[in-house]
Amino acid sequence: MKPPIIYDTMAEAVDDFADGSSLMIPGFGPGTPWNLMRALYHQGATDLITISNGIGFGTDPELVNAGNFISDGRVKEVIAAFTASTHPSSVSAGEELIRAGKLKAEIVPQGTLAERIRAGGSGIPGFYTPAGIGTQVAEGKEVRSFNGRDYLLETALTADYTFIRAWKADKAGNLIYRRAARNFNPIMAMAATTTIVEVEQPIVEIGELDPDHIHTPGVYVQRLVKIPEDGTFVVRRPV
Amino acid sequence: MTTTEKRPLTRDQMAAVCAQHLGEGWNVNLGIGIPTLTSNFIREEMQITLSSENGVIGYGVLAGEGEEDTDVVNAGVQYVTLNPGAAIVHHADSFALIRSGKIDVSILGAYEVAIDGSFANWKTRNEPSNGLGGIGGAMDLAACAKQIYVAMQHTTRDGAPRLVTECSLPVTAPAGAVTLVVTDIAVVRVAGGEFTLEQVAPGYTEDDIRQVTEGKLSISPSLHEMSV
Repeated sequence: MKPPIIYDTMAEAVDDFADGSSLMIPGFGPGTPWNLMRALYHQGATDLITISNGIGFGTDPELVNAGNFISDGRVKEVIAAFTASTHPSSVSAGEELIRAGKLKAEIVPQGTLAERIRAGGSGIPGFYTPAGIGTQVAEGKEVRSFNGRDYLLETALTADYTFIRAWKADKAGNLIYRRAARNFNPIMAMAATTTIVEVEQPIVEIGELDPDHIHTPGVYVQRLVKIPEDGTFVVRRPV
Repeated sequence: MTTTEKRPLTRDQMAAVCAQHLGEGWNVNLGIGIPTLTSNFIREEMQITLSSENGVIGYGVLAGEGEEDTDVVNAGVQYVTLNPGAAIVHHADSFALIRSGKIDVSILGAYEVAIDGSFANWKTRNEPSNGLGGIGGAMDLAACAKQIYVAMQHTTRDGAPRLVTECSLPVTAPAGAVTLVVTDIAVVRVAGGEFTLEQVAPGYTEDDIRQVTEGKLSISPSLHEMSV
């Protein structure tokens, strides 16, 4: 197995990111790849398909999420568990674009989203789930009964790229996440063609991490980059 | 009941009432808003495990100012503490726990609850499917948790009932999901196609509740004032 390429800067790690690509973005507060997202924003990528838990407001130029790209008209489609605020008073640019028919959107129950990504990284094309039965989410989907209960057919998700936020990494690309920063990271790392990882701690030599402690094996990782000292490490407020 | 001043519950008091309705040893999921406040009112001897959608199994109270671990958050992205014995899993494993029926109760916020136990909490307008909404984990939880409690204000800001005969907004789950509703003025059981009033806030009468509740409302023989 060829080890991942280790880049010196975030900008170099995303330099060849192609317009029109699909991108999985992990994060649930912690575990968001803020540094790679900011680098991609400046790289200029456009015409994106984003897959993330929420589409984000995109109002902070430092903490870049899908919302920053959406506000600039650089996203053609979003797949997420939150595409609109649950408070009518706070409306994002993305919500306005979706309502105006200018941005294609698919809203997915969060567990279905996670399982579609897991399936995508596991060689499983689809699965049945009870989530969404009897709701708008079931419209147009196959319903099948197992043991007297109805389930929806949901299909796997993969992506051209994912940006991952890891706590520790070795030069083989083995990754360890910290606490709830894990969230979507392990499953997205498995579901993308090119997995690019920003790492909080210095990247260590092969053999220094205990194999029993690895959350994401290096076979899923193509690129690594250490977050620079002046990068975004800790976000002290919910986003 | 004697006439006293009407005292609707604060958000914290609603969370405390939710905590009173948890069983010993339960595995509990708390949704965003009033439900997440419930974590502050769970007594240790109850042996409750709090699990959140983002894969934190066994979290405790909200973290105090200056004591936050920025990598430890609940479903509302609030900083919480980890209890001894906590475990972390990734998002798909977190929903494996939910989907396989291992959550005893999920307490969620909502806009409306209907007499058949259906409820609405992911879309603020009655509109056809258009890709917009805030589902989060609510549909997975509603379909798979053993019970759903809803914590919400009893009426809209305009005074319209939120406990209704039929939801006007797109539902999160069809009939049979919600078993209990905790509002600022009442505790209402949902079963058998009707609401049953079990508790009232201090100073409120069954007539007060009936005036702001749509749909069949029975009165529990053990109706009593909440202890808050």
